[in-house]
Formats: sequence, structure tokens, C-alpha cells
Amino acid sequence: MDMNRRQFFRVSGAGLAASSLVALGFSPSAALAETRAFKLTRATVARSICPYCSVSCGMLIYKLGDGSKNAKDHVIHVEGDPDNPVSRGSLCPKGAGVMDMINSPARIKYPMVREAGGKEWKRIGWAEALNRISKHMKDDRDANFQTTNAAGTTVNRWTSTGFLVCSSSSNESSYLTVKVARGLGMVGIDTQARV
Amino acid sequence: MTNSWTDIKNADLILVMGGNAAEAHPVGFKWVVEAMQKRKARLISVDPRFNRTSAVADLYAPIRNGTDIAFLGGVINWLLSNDKIHHDYVKLNTDATFLTKPGFALNNGIFSGYDEATRKYDKSTWGYQLGEDGYVKVDETMQDPLCVYQQLKKHYSRYTPEMVSNICGTPQDKFLKICEMLGEMSAPDKTSTICYALGWTQHTVGSQNIRTMAMIQLLLGNMGRPGGGVNALRGHSNVQGVTDMNAYAEVFSGYLSAPTDKDDTYEKYLKRCTPKAMRPNQFNYWSNFPRFFNSLMKSYYGKAATPENNFCYDWVPKLEGGYDVLHMFELMHQGKMNGFISQGFNPLATVPNKNKLSAALSKLKYLVIIDPLETETGEFWKNYGPLNDVKTESIQTEVFRLPSTCFAEEEGSLTNSSRIAIWKERAVEPQGEAKPDSEIMALLFMKLRQMYAKDGGAFPDAILNLAWDYAQPLEPSATELLREISGKALSDVLAPPDPANPSAPRAVLVKAGQQVPGFAMLRDDGSTACGNWLYSGCWSEAGNLTARRGLEDPTGLGVYQNFGFAWPANRRILYNRASADKDGKPWAPNKKYEYWNGKAWTGADIPDMLPTAAPEIGMGSFIMNPEGVARLHAIGMAEGPFPEHYEPFETPIGVNPLHPDNPKAISNPAARVFKGDLEAFGKKEEFPYSATTYRLTEHFHTWSKHARLNAILQPEAFVEISEELAKEKGIKHGDSVKVSSNRGHIVTKAVVTKRIKPFPVNGQKVHLVGIPFHWGFTGQTKPGYIANTLTPFVGDANSQTPESKAFLVNVEKV
Repeated sequence: MDMNRRQFFRVSGAGLAASSLVALGFSPSAALAETRAFKLTRATVARSICPYCSVSCGMLIYKLGDGSKNAKDHVIHVEGDPDNPVSRGSLCPKGAGVMDMINSPARIKYPMVREAGGKEWKRIGWAEALNRISKHMKDDRDANFQTTNAAGTTVNRWTSTGFLVCSSSSNESSYLTVKVARGLGMVGIDTQARV
Repeated sequence: MTNSWTDIKNADLILVMGGNAAEAHPVGFKWVVEAMQKRKARLISVDPRFNRTSAVADLYAPIRNGTDIAFLGGVINWLLSNDKIHHDYVKLNTDATFLTKPGFALNNGIFSGYDEATRKYDKSTWGYQLGEDGYVKVDETMQDPLCVYQQLKKHYSRYTPEMVSNICGTPQDKFLKICEMLGEMSAPDKTSTICYALGWTQHTVGSQNIRTMAMIQLLLGNMGRPGGGVNALRGHSNVQGVTDMNAYAEVFSGYLSAPTDKDDTYEKYLKRCTPKAMRPNQFNYWSNFPRFFNSLMKSYYGKAATPENNFCYDWVPKLEGGYDVLHMFELMHQGKMNGFISQGFNPLATVPNKNKLSAALSKLKYLVIIDPLETETGEFWKNYGPLNDVKTESIQTEVFRLPSTCFAEEEGSLTNSSRIAIWKERAVEPQGEAKPDSEIMALLFMKLRQMYAKDGGAFPDAILNLAWDYAQPLEPSATELLREISGKALSDVLAPPDPANPSAPRAVLVKAGQQVPGFAMLRDDGSTACGNWLYSGCWSEAGNLTARRGLEDPTGLGVYQNFGFAWPANRRILYNRASADKDGKPWAPNKKYEYWNGKAWTGADIPDMLPTAAPEIGMGSFIMNPEGVARLHAIGMAEGPFPEHYEPFETPIGVNPLHPDNPKAISNPAARVFKGDLEAFGKKEEFPYSATTYRLTEHFHTWSKHARLNAILQPEAFVEISEELAKEKGIKHGDSVKVSSNRGHIVTKAVVTKRIKPFPVNGQKVHLVGIPFHWGFTGQTKPGYIANTLTPFVGDANSQTPESKAFLVNVEKV
């Protein structure tokens, strides 16, 4: 029998309901009423990888939500991926708690600014954030860019703004981050691998 | 890792030192357990604390933090003195037979060529003697006193079991037992592996700690073989991939050395980076450097990069010195940096000397935080009472906080510690207005490009011409980026001309527009583009190989060739030619891996060798080295070609017992120390206890404290001290204590434990203070002090990784 995980839940859930009904004296033919299925049967599963350490355990992330624009989806369950040859379904206490990190109250949801000398964060839009940051970057770059060094060698570098690159971001994001940083002439680039 | 997580199951002996895999990498540690249960492999744990790895080990030995080279140097001495080395392997695969220069010497702890003023070595007396043919001179009998084998023997003869015990505080009987157990692994049918982590890297001698162990693995004949290797258990989920993608100053993608001011012309740069073979018939893989570099430039600058303009070499920023995170904060502290962007990084809590970092951040004009979560760095300007006692209104830094997606909200590939890139799916929509890092970078860059196009400014050429052929320029997709990383043919890639008939038409190997199958197809003439040669082939015409989920393991050795893509070339064990002997036969039937079948190299894995190079040619296994063999004598190291024990910069004994009368050889003479930081080092008279930081199994750095479940499991900060120290200081379990270094203090709870014991060292008793570092002033856990308030601002002489694993503190009850 070829059955995926969701079908398995559906069949076993129905089987369980049917057998309980029989135990209560109902005949199977009368079992027309539907019992409530596990929430997991309505969830969508995605294959992911634990974001914490470099064992990179396989994770199955279950979310509710049908993908429509007006329905906000959210993660309801995370478990180890048994088909990952390294982790074979295991998660450690860090990985097992990852759903609480995804749904943490400390998640940043909107661009914010803290003005010079200010005491609080202030919510701003993406457009304002990008305008202000790029203005800072351009001003600093234009004022401090070095095209040549003292010996006259072409160096084309920007030393007065630095960049720390995330070590939990994807290969693709980090490649693009560095391409942009080098393209701007930055030399101050580093990552968690250093510490 | 040179090998892989699943390969650990093939080991006969596992040494865990400079790490605590059972707690920090619990699921990876299952492969150690597998080896112990299925093969009766033995486990040795060497650590300053009796940790959970020690709890399941066959043998545990304590070691004073910061003395690993003394211990491992002692192992080398024991192996050489008792002739427990794999002779045939050592002769075939190392430089043991090579002759060193006559001027090379170690004088009272300092190697020849030292300049005290610059704290640097002139390395002209180090390295090998070259013959008139340009190749290194060798002595196959290994009797010449100048050959590396004899030099090695002489160097480590001082590392006697008595000396090891005196420096490390390790009982001699335990040390000798470990030597014997390791010595047994020199047999051809045995292999042992080493698992280490930040317990080795976070020292001013970090790189040499690892090198000493690599030398032991070479002497035992364990490199390139199943169940062997040197295995770094790395930190973050993609710290390997991000390092590969050149997210640090000194290199470009795939560890291509970045140009410096000294490389004032393209020709000079290529010459420096493209070595000549040092022995006959060697592969000398870095001879391909121009192909990899030019292909990268085609990915960066597209059509603008041409052979005529040296592929835009002048546009590439040149380095004038170090730009590691310590140096950046030093520049910031000196007021030489105006802006700083921190993406998914919390330096205030993870880089040493929090008070210096905070002062440095306060001098910035602007700070940009890109993160899914609140971080201490983002809040550095806010007063959190004694936990972060700053004057908010006097901090003039403008701080921006941009919400990025968390791991579950984006697709893409991650590279695990085994070098295997694996594709993950997007599981859920981003929260609020969060965007993936790649999209944030695209938005920022397109904005800047627009400004430079309109208003001009300093050197706009590179900005205006950066290749940006993405279908949606504001949202480059992970799939098109991975294709760019893997590389494609821009025009037809042709076979080399046939020497017999040079005018014959050349075969087309890859058609224009196609993805290249691997780095062998990359060219230096501009006909190929490749964002990272190491990942070349990960997205070939066959599709996205990182998304493969095959679970086939035909040899049963844990080689899952169809699961993800391992760099380079989908190879699972590096240097695997060394799994066979001189004639290409397996060293032992039970350790069969790669071998010569009479026509080609074949076996369980992709061969790390020219597939058609017959063993008789003598092409060495270590193809990335121009000498073709692995180095026991390495001139690339800053502080000496052979690792030497130096004390931590904050030493609890104030002397290097190997050189008691030379104060210049107490700590690493070649480590970089910034002005002002020398004065910030503490002395043992004021700060008598040796401290180290570490992780708990329930937390990941300062990140998981935002997850409620983990906050419940480990809610509050603490330090661990021994019963002896607790008694001396009148501290009881659960008391509040103040732990101070010369840079600041933290107040926390004391856990009094039997798992820590004082070390008897050099005639005195050295106490250890263990400091888990997960807490801060944000998160679901109880607010705590940042542990890195205490750590010293000094790094390893080669990698600049800070010395967080050995520094001095005082402890008082409050």
C-alpha cells in the first residue's frame, strides 16, 4: 500500500473512530457521523533544517493555513526528519524548542529607528528606512573612499563602514550580501566563524 | 570536517578534546555512540571539566585550559620515542623526508627570524631546501639531522610526560594511557578520529592547537581514511557555507586569497596566488587559481569584466591589513569607523570586552541591525540598570533595526559541518514586514545604485556595473543565486587543443548558456562565470543537486552520495587518495575506501586525485599543496613551523615552564595586541583563577534565550566552581557571586560542583571558573550579565579568533 504521511493519519484516525464506535455498541454501518481529525492532518509540511548548530538536523515544519491571502498561516508543530541520514529523526533540546523561537515575542516585525540620543524605538516604513540608511552609506562612502594609497597603487576601498554577515543565513543570501559589500568597495567584512 | 558526521561510525577510537560534543552537538554525537556500540570503539575525553562527553567516555583526563599544545606535543614525543607511527603512510604522505634550511632554530622559546618591535617573524630561515632543479631536497632514509622527521623529533623531545603533567596538570598515568591508546591506531587496520570545537580555536594559539592534532593524525596515518580525519564541529548551521562564500575580509569565494596593497598589479597578484609544484609530477591544484578568480570576476562584474581590463582587477577593494571583527571594533573605538551593519549577529554579547565594544558602538554615526530577533547589540544604547549601565542621551548613534525572516520563512541551501550543502524549503510566511536577507541587500543595493546613477559620487563604476541579471532585481531568488554560485558557460567551453593536430577543430565540452558540471570546466579566458568554484557543479544541467534526498549507502560506510552536495565535487572524505598505499591498494581490507583498479581511481567516494593518475607517477594525496604531501613543517603559520606551547595572555602561573627564564616567550610572541589592550590584561596576583566560557546543551549562544521552552529549561545565568574553591571563598551552592576580570565584572549564581577540580600545575594549585555565556538583557530568560564583559580583546596569531577559553578572573561572594 502506497500511502503518504497525511493519508496515514487520515486512515488511522478513521480506523480508531470506527473501532471505538463498535465498542460502544454501534454497528459500523451506522457510523456516519465524523469525528474530529488531528490538527496535523490539515497541516502543510515543509522540509527544513535546524538553524542552530552545524549538525544541521533535518526538520519537518507543520503549519496551519491554506496559503490564501486573508488567512495568516502559522507553525504549529516541528519534529525531526527521519529521512535525514545524519540526524535520523532526532532533535536536541535546542532544536526541539525551535517553534518557540519562530513564534518568539522578541521577533522584530517592522523597521524601526532609534534617533541619535533618543530613548525609544520608533516604527518607520521600509521606504524611509532604506532612504535614510542608503543616504548614510553614500555620504560616508563618498567622504572616505580611497581610490589610491600613499604609494599611488589603485586600492578602491571603503574602510569606514563595516559589515558582519550572518552565519545562519543561506549560502545564497550570504553570497549576495558579500557581492554587494565588495561591489561597494567594503573591506571590513566578517562573520561568526571568526569568534 | 575533513570527513563527515556519518563517517565517525567507522572510527576505532574517538578523541574529543577542545570540545564537548555530547552537549554542544548532541545529535552529531550519536555517531560516536554508534561507533562505540557497533564497533566497540573507545572514546577519550580530555577537558578542563568533567562534562557529559566525559561521562560516557572510556577514559577522561583533566587538562588546564590553554595548554593543549603541551599535551599534544607530549603525545607526538611519545609516538616518536616509542615508534608508534604509520611509517609507510608518513613517508608517502608527509614532508618527513624533506630537508629544512640549516639556519632554522628555536632559541629559548623563540624561532629564528623574530622581530620584537613588529611582533612578526622573518620566515627566510624556515621552510625547505630547494635543489638546482627547483624541487625540494629529500632524504629518504630520514637520517639527516635537517630532515623534517629529525627536526620534529628534536623539537618535541622536550615535551616529556613529566613536563606535560607539570604544565597541564594532567596525571601522568592518564596521559600515558592516552598515548598508548592513540599509538595503537598507527596500525594500518585501525583509524581514529578527533572531534574538536571552540575549545581549541578560542586561544591565542588556536590554529596551532589544531595543527598539532593534525600532525598526530598524519603520524598515525589517519588522514583521508574512513574513521579518521580532523573534524571541526562547527558552530552555526551555515557557518561553513558563509565562510566558503567569502564572508570575511582575507579571502574571496572558495578561499581565493584576497588582494592586498602589495598586489599592485594583476600579474603580481596571480603570480603570488598561483604556486609552482615543489616536487616532480604533482597535481598542484592551485595552479588553477586564474580560472577560479577570473570566473568569479565574471560573476561579479559580468560583461564589464574582460581580458583587456584584467577582469576588473582594479575595481576589487585591496586590503591594507586585517579587517577581522576585533580589528573593526578597534578602529571603531579609535573613531575611525562611522557606520556598521550587523546581519544576524550579536557582537556585543559574543565579541570580547563588552565595555570596549559598547564604547566603540557609541562612536558610530549609524548602526544597522538586520535580525529576526531583538539583540543586545541593537539595544546597546538603552540603560538596563547594572546589566547595561549606559548614558542613553549622550549616545549619538542613529540605530536602525530591519526585520529579517527567520530560517523557516525562506528557502535556500545551508552547508553543514561535513561540507554538505542541503536545500531547505520555505515552511511559512514571514512575520510582519520581515524580508529575507537577500531581499534586504537587493533593496539597499538598488537604492544606492539609483543614487549613484543620478548624483554620481566616489568611484561609481563598480556599483553601476555589478552584474545584476536577476529576473526580479529587487528580489533575487535563491534558485538563481545558487545557479550563479555553481557557474555557467558564457560562450562554448572548448577542449584543449590536440597536441598531435593543433589545427583540428576542438570539441565543445559545455555549450554557451549551460550550467557547468564542475570546476574542471572553468576557464580563465572569460568564457565561464562562477560565484564559488568550490560549489561548482552543485547546480549542473542535472538540476539542483543540493536538493537531493537519496538515502543510498552502497558500501555501508555512511557515504550518502545522493544526499545533498558536498564540496568539492561531491566528495565526502577529503584527501581520500591517502586511503590507499603507494601502489594504490587499500592499507587494510577492513579500511578499503578509494583504490587504483589498474586504470583509474575508484571506490566508495569521488577520488581526491586526478582519476587517471597511475600510482607509479607518484602524484601525492595532498593535491592542494604544491609539494603534494601534508606539512609537518608549515611556514604559513605566524608563530612557527612547529607548534610550541605558549601560555594564555592571562596566565595563572605567570611563566612558561618550557622557557622559565625568557619572559618574551611566556605567551604567543606573534599574536597581535592592540595598544591599550596590553594594559587591560589582568595579572594572577589580582585575578588568580583561570576562567573559560562554554555552551549548555539547552541553549544556542544568545539566540535560544528568546524561545520560551529553552528559557524554561535553563532560565538563569550561573558559573561553575569546584568544591575546593567554594570552601576557600566561603561560597555555597546557589550563592550570588561577583566574577571580575581586569575589564569588568558580572554578578551571577554559583554552582558548586564535583565536575571541576583544581589543577596541580608548576608547584601551585590552579582553580577553574566555568562560565556559560547564554544570557543578556533581552529574552525570555531571567535577565543576566553578558559573560563576554570578562573576556580579553586578543586573538589567535593566525585567525584572530579571540581568547575566550583561557583568561583570569577573581570570584567573590556578594
